[in-house]
Formats: sequence, structure tokens, C-alpha cells
Amino acid sequence: MNYFPDEVVEHVFDFITSHKDRNSVSLVCKSWYKIERYSRQRVFIGNCYSITPQRLIARFPGLKSLTLKGKPHFADFNLVPHDWGGFVYPWIKALAKSRIGLEELRLKRMVVSDDSLELLSKYFPNFKSLVLVSCEGFTTDGVAAIAANCRFLRELDLQENEVEDHRGHWLSCFPESCTSLVSLNFACLKGEINLASLERLVARSPNLKSLRLNRVVPLDTLQKLLMRAPQLVDLGIGSYVDDPSSEVFSKLKAVIQLCNSIRSLSGFLEVAPCCMSAIYPICENLTFLNLSYAPGLQGNDLTKLVQHCRKLQRLWILDCIGDKGLGVVASTCKELQELRVFPSDPFDAENAAVTEESLVLISAGCPKLNSLLYFCHQMTNAALITVAKNCTNFIRFRLCILDPVKADPVTNQPLDEGFGAIVRSNKSLKRLSLSGLLTDQVFLYIGMYAKKLEMLSIAFAGDSNKGMLYVLNGCKKLRKLEIRDCPFGDVALLQDMGKYETMRSLWMSSCEVTLGACKTLAKKMPSLNVEIINESEQLEFSLDDRLLVDKMYLYRTLVGHRKDAPEYVWLL
Amino acid sequence: MSSENGKRLLETDAGCLNFEATELTLGLPGEPRVTSDGGAKLGSKRGFSETVDLKLGDNSQEVKLGHSLQEAAKSPASKTQVVGWPPVRGFAKRGKKSCKYVKVAVDGAPYLRKVDLEIYNSYQQLLTSLEDMFSCFTIRNYLNEKQIDQVNGIEYMPTYEDKDGDWMLVGDVPWQMFVESCKRLRLMKSSEAVGLGLKTAPKYSSTN
Repeated sequence: MNYFPDEVVEHVFDFITSHKDRNSVSLVCKSWYKIERYSRQRVFIGNCYSITPQRLIARFPGLKSLTLKGKPHFADFNLVPHDWGGFVYPWIKALAKSRIGLEELRLKRMVVSDDSLELLSKYFPNFKSLVLVSCEGFTTDGVAAIAANCRFLRELDLQENEVEDHRGHWLSCFPESCTSLVSLNFACLKGEINLASLERLVARSPNLKSLRLNRVVPLDTLQKLLMRAPQLVDLGIGSYVDDPSSEVFSKLKAVIQLCNSIRSLSGFLEVAPCCMSAIYPICENLTFLNLSYAPGLQGNDLTKLVQHCRKLQRLWILDCIGDKGLGVVASTCKELQELRVFPSDPFDAENAAVTEESLVLISAGCPKLNSLLYFCHQMTNAALITVAKNCTNFIRFRLCILDPVKADPVTNQPLDEGFGAIVRSNKSLKRLSLSGLLTDQVFLYIGMYAKKLEMLSIAFAGDSNKGMLYVLNGCKKLRKLEIRDCPFGDVALLQDMGKYETMRSLWMSSCEVTLGACKTLAKKMPSLNVEIINESEQLEFSLDDRLLVDKMYLYRTLVGHRKDAPEYVWLL
Repeated sequence: MSSENGKRLLETDAGCLNFEATELTLGLPGEPRVTSDGGAKLGSKRGFSETVDLKLGDNSQEVKLGHSLQEAAKSPASKTQVVGWPPVRGFAKRGKKSCKYVKVAVDGAPYLRKVDLEIYNSYQQLLTSLEDMFSCFTIRNYLNEKQIDQVNGIEYMPTYEDKDGDWMLVGDVPWQMFVESCKRLRLMKSSEAVGLGLKTAPKYSSTN
């Protein structure tokens, strides 16, 4: 390859698209590093504090698409205080200043201000795509700026964000000249929008493939929108409530028949079950169905719907579908790859909606199953062992038993053997979440068998430091480890400090790690940022090293301490 | 290590209410706590955060991990929750929606009650629950077109006031639509409704 001109090598690199591969390519030699960095267009940064925007820009001047992640995963469960960090503004400011031709920005768990959005909308004339997942800090004013100023906007995708709603003129800010929309998702917005503006926008967007509405968009508007956009591939329904004998509903039924490109259906944020029959014609072609935000549908409604969905590959549903309903899924959805069952009422154990029985049925009925997120009230070792026999293709296996330390109700044993069987038979497992009563034994199994494991979430498990050590020693591919309320302490933390340089991050909260050990780790490993989140008012930094630390978050970084940490975050 | 240092407090978010303190326990004579299929345990709805005091033991560093959970288990009625559990993002937005409490007035009763419409999934559940709540009375059950055994001979019509301020008969519109538009409920004595010509059952007699 040394005899080829750079342009040829670069052309070859064009075919290498995965981040991992491009990273590898850049390590081969100086010449390849140089060629690769100038031709790189897409960059993924899993932890926004591992590098600075300035260094990013210096290395990749041709950057067009940036993905950034901010807060640790446990922030989703209220374990990370607000204003902990993850601000995107400095990134956008730096990119704007350096005239990077940014076209796409994807953010997860970051704090996004209206100012950031405004800056984004004004300084990147070719900006095309904004995807915000689990972000916060902005209002609909910021969204309005994007709508108003991004002349070639293709994608505006807001997923599960906390957005302060200033009553929707934002939608009316899309200029009449904007006809480029391919994807519009505003399901997480709570406020009113101008329905007429929405209709006009959809009418002038011939390329629109994905549309996800919020709960204020009523059924009759839905009907009008579908008339304008029968080419939709992905639909998120807002409000789905009407009188089935109404004229509007008849019109809806008719227009749905024409929407034969729809492969993905979600929403139903408000729903009248008696209207669901209109949906059945599109069920035949669905590959993704997300009813996890539709509490108005009961087990029977869900079951009836699912019976029509023979081609389903991904199903997200509430546990009120019940064991019976999941049994129907198992016998109907033979193409199923991913199943997520969410709790509709986690605190109501008497009405246990799904149990281990239906998980076993699913494992037997759906041979392609590779991804599971399952909230249930109980689980047995026997069931897990059977699941492990039936399914050997799991990439993601996340089981959440709602009572965090519940044993196998039949044998009263911990669930070590069950999870052990899962990791033993699923050699491609990349992500695992544990729950139920668990001893060090389960970690022995994980360390022994989960050789491809990249992310592990542990809560209320284990007996001693040995548990954590089994994992750190055995899981060579581990990137993210998050632990809460486990008896793991200094011995485990400090045994192999170099390990953390091979990982993205480690979270430990309510464990037995002392301040002293954290300080030691920080001192010995300058390439790690060790941060303590301390929310108790009475404690001060200078206190006793024997103090048990409430929350510790450490991550590898190339740029040392961050400058934006709030007072209660101690940077060791 | 002083016990003060050993104490770890998981603070609540500002503004989180402890429903236990505000639980209604008044009821008409002979009447049980309100329960229905929807699990209407007043006060069982919790925000995410709850103060849980993890006492670590006086002199040792041994954390009684089960402690926070033992605390929770001790008081199943109040269902103390551990912070951040279950690990469901935006849990408050899925499953149960925010509550919608409406007043329920019964002709002849000395005081009103309140029910959360969000916990029911059908007219049947609501009416059954109202019957439990006001156990001395029977409510005329239009939905199934048959009358429930009368206890003391008095029969009531379920009516509600909608967003426009009109008094409507319960049962005509889809359940969800009813929940959205209902502002208050009134169980009206059937004798007052004589002459209104209510012979046909509401359209939604067989659905939720």
C-alpha cells in the first residue's frame, strides 16, 4: 500500500465505515493515520469528558457527523444530580468557531441549552440532522430556532427528552421553503402545537418517512396527515381516541389501508381500545411495535393486536400484556429478535403481570431472539436454565426483578445458577443486567464465561470483593461497569488499576469504597478522572480517608480534570 | 468513624410528597378501603425518590446492604421505595399516568369522596369501586342492563359534569374520552331521573 498515492488509499478507506475499523486503520502507520484523519467524517465520542472539542477539531477537520454521550447511564434512574455536567455548549461553540461543516449531531444524556440550539442553527449552513436522546436543559424556543434556521433540515428527532414547553409556535417556525424533512419526532413534547401548521408541513415534505406525534395531536389530524403522507415508514401516533362510529374514524380506517409502507409503529399516548381495530391492516407488515407508552391498552387489547403482527422483529410492550399475551407473542412472532417488557406498576406485586413462565415460552417460540429487557416480579433458576438452552444468540440480556433481592421463589436459592447458564450458553453476550438474590458465585460464572461482555449492570448483589474481582479479571472486553449497593470495596477497586484504562467508565454507588482508596487510584492513574459525587451537606473534602464514598464515577480521559464540575463533585 | 460520618442519606428531590401522610381514611360506616382491579391503594403512587436512611453499623464498615430493602419490606402498606429503583427511565411517564382525582357526590350522603379516574380501565371498574365506596347504596348498572341487588331499595344513576359544564350520563362515550372530559361525578337518585326516557343503554355497554 505504500506505493499507492494518498488519494487511492483514501478511496479504499471510504469503504471502511465502522468507527472501530477506522480507529484500527489509523493506528497502522503515520501515513495511514494522516490519510484517515483527513477523510474521517463521522466521529463517535462515548464520553464527552474523555477528550476536548479542540482536540477533536484539530484531528478531524473534515468532521460532518458527531455523536456525543454525557452523563453516566445511572443518571436515567435519578442517581446523578442535576447540573452534574454533560454540557454540549462548549462543543458547539468550538465547532462553530472553527468553521467545521457539521451536518449531523447526535447527543445522549447531555445538557442542551436553548443557546446551544440557536448557535447550532445559525453557524452550520449545511446542518441536516439533530437527534437528541434523554437530554434536558432546553425549551421549545430552542427547537424553534432549529426549525427556523436550518434550511436543509432532514431530521429532527427528539427522544425522551425533558423539554420545557413554551406552547408550540416552534412548528410554525419551519419556513414554507422547508421541504426537505425526512424524519420528525416530537413525541416527548407535552405542549400544544399548531395543527394546521403541522398539516402544511407534512404536505410539503414529500420525503417524509418518519413521523412521531405527541399526545396533543388528535385522531382527526392523524387522519389528515396520513392522507398527505401515505409513504410513511415509521409512525408514532399521538392521541388515538374517537368514537368508532364517527365519520372521522371511517376516514382513518380507509387511509390506513393505503399506508402500506409503515414498518414501525409507536406512541398511542392516549388510546381508546375500541379504535385499535383500524390498525390491524398495517400490523401484517410491522417489524417494530412500541406500545410501552400506551397505558390505556389492556392485556386483551394488546394480545388481539399482536396476533396480527407476524413479521415483528422488535416488540416493546407493557407488562399488562400478561403471561397469556406473551404466550401469543411466542406463537405468532417467529421473527422476533428484540423484546422489551416494561413495568406498568412496579409497586404492585399482587397483580404480577408477567412471570418466568412467559419468558420461557418466548425463548422457545422465538428462535431469533437476541435482545431482551424484561421487568418481572419473579424469576426461577429453572426458567433461566431453560431459556439458556433455548436461546444461544443473546447479545443483550437485561433482567429486572422488581424486588431487588428476590430469591428463586420455588427453591429459595439465589439466581446464580440461572444467570450462570445464560452466560455459559450465550457466547456473544455483550450486555448484561442482573437482579434478584445473587452471591459471588454468579460473578465467578460471568468472569469465566462472558468473554465478549462489554457492559455489566449490577445492583444489590454479591457477598464480597471477590465478586467484583471475578468480573474485572475475567471479562476482557469490559467497557462499562456500573454497580450500586454491593459489598465491593477498596480491595476490589485497587487490585488492577490498569484495567480501568481499558474501559470507558466505572460507576460505584452505595458500595464499600473509601475516600482514601479513590484518592490512591486517582494519584496512581493520571489517565483516569476519579470523581466523587457527594450530596451530604455536612461533609467536607478534607475529611477522613476512611469515609465511605457515596457515589464514585471514574473514566479514562486524555485531557485531565474537567472544568465544569459543580461543587458537590470532587475531582480527585 | 463517627456514626455521623457513617450515615449515608439519600436525599429526596425537592418537592416529593409522602403520600402516606395525606392518605384519606374517612369512610362511610361499614365500608372497606377502596380497592379495585386497578389496585387503588391510595397513597401507593410514589415519586421516584424517597428518603432512605442507610445506617452502616456503628463501628464497622460493614454495610447492611439489605438494610434499605429491609426498611422497605417492613412497611408494605406505605411501600417505601429505594432511590433509583426500579431502573426504568421515565417510569413516571409510562404505565400509570398522572392521577386525575374527581369529586364524587352522592345524593343524600353527608360528604363527598374523591376518586382517581386514572386507576380504572373501564366503566365497570369505576362503578364497582363506587359501589364499594358507598356500600349502603346501589348504582343502577346500565352497562350490563341488569340491576344489582338492591340493599335498601334506593337506586342511583351515575352522572358526570363534563368540560362544558353539562351533566351527562356515564357510559355514552369511550372510556378514555370520559376520563379526559369528566370534572366531577354525581350519583343521582333514580327517582329524580324519572321521565328522562332512559331506556336505551349507552353505546359502550360492551367495551371498556
